[in-house]
Amino acid sequence: MVEFNLPPNSRIKEGKTWPVAAGAKRLKRFKIYRYDPEAGENPRLDTFDIDLDACGPMVLDALIKIKNEIDPTLTFRRSCREGVCGSCAFNIDGTNTLACIKAIDDINGDVRIYPLPHLPVVKDLVCDLSVPYAQLRLIQPWLQADTPPPARERLQSPEEREKLDGLWECILCFCCQTSCPSYWWNGDRYLGPAILLQAYRWIADSRDEATGERLDALNDPFRVFRCHTIMNCTSTCPKHLNPGKAIAEIKYLLARRTM
Amino acid sequence: MELRSSLGRARGLGSAKEGVGHWWAQRLSAIALVPLSIWFVIAAVSLSGADYAAFQAWMSVFGNALLMILTVVVLFYHATLGMQVVIEDYVHHPFWTPALLIGVRFVLYALAASSVLAVVLVSMEG
Repeated sequence: MVEFNLPPNSRIKEGKTWPVAAGAKRLKRFKIYRYDPEAGENPRLDTFDIDLDACGPMVLDALIKIKNEIDPTLTFRRSCREGVCGSCAFNIDGTNTLACIKAIDDINGDVRIYPLPHLPVVKDLVCDLSVPYAQLRLIQPWLQADTPPPARERLQSPEEREKLDGLWECILCFCCQTSCPSYWWNGDRYLGPAILLQAYRWIADSRDEATGERLDALNDPFRVFRCHTIMNCTSTCPKHLNPGKAIAEIKYLLARRTM
Repeated sequence: MELRSSLGRARGLGSAKEGVGHWWAQRLSAIALVPLSIWFVIAAVSLSGADYAAFQAWMSVFGNALLMILTVVVLFYHATLGMQVVIEDYVHHPFWTPALLIGVRFVLYALAASSVLAVVLVSMEG
């Protein structure tokens, strides 16, 4: 039945308040989720006061400053620091987004940073992405064609190429995936917005010849049709893409081929 | 303890190769309910304050009885599809999920049949 009790380690305790750097003037308070599954304790919310005059403009700058100067045990993923790699996706100020392109000035009050919702936490802000990655593998995100490749390349007209705009830009940060309530409740069977956007990216590709097999694999009450057009995916996407529309296109094609 | 690979979990029992039929039926019944609901509200307002004899006379008009039957049938069909989605979304249990899916279907189909029967009996009176 429906579970009304919180699973273990859901309750977050008040954590440590770290000392303020001497001489700091323009302070901003960061409240950051800390959790170490091996420590056997509940998660806690640590407080850091950061001097904005001695910190870069983005939330990731503050996280890196904290790790370098205050608490080296703070654990998070980051790489490109410019919104291309998709590593530093966290729940910041109540919304899933990339820390590297979220300006601290855009946040009123305390900056609250949690890991992406509803995934197992490995440590602090690092969550376990192995199921979403396996779901990506399930939809076979590569070109499939029986026509032998031509001497140079498989050609695509500018109009055909245009159909991939708004799809190829996805960096798989999983902000949308973990913002979707349907994915929270049925993440084991529903593929989720990020994966379905990728699936549609290959369905929409004029060079791909496996459209029918791809649609067969998606035609399932749970894999696609758990999407109830809640649209959290589209409103949270830090790259301003529209996974909700991609899912609607998949549903349309599934219906269209029956009539 | 679960040691199954992530890919094995993601693939699960595979695609059901169906699901679009339910989705399409839900959309179709929703579209049908737009004019039917408007008609129903207008009819209910125009009959407010009427006594049973006036209502019975209204119901014995062919078009009114027909639209009333269509309204209740489509409404309960749409409700069945919707309740199915709610149960599939939130109830994850080896016994209760199928039990509720069956029970809800039986109850809503019985309600639809009794509504149709009521329309027929009232319209045939007198």
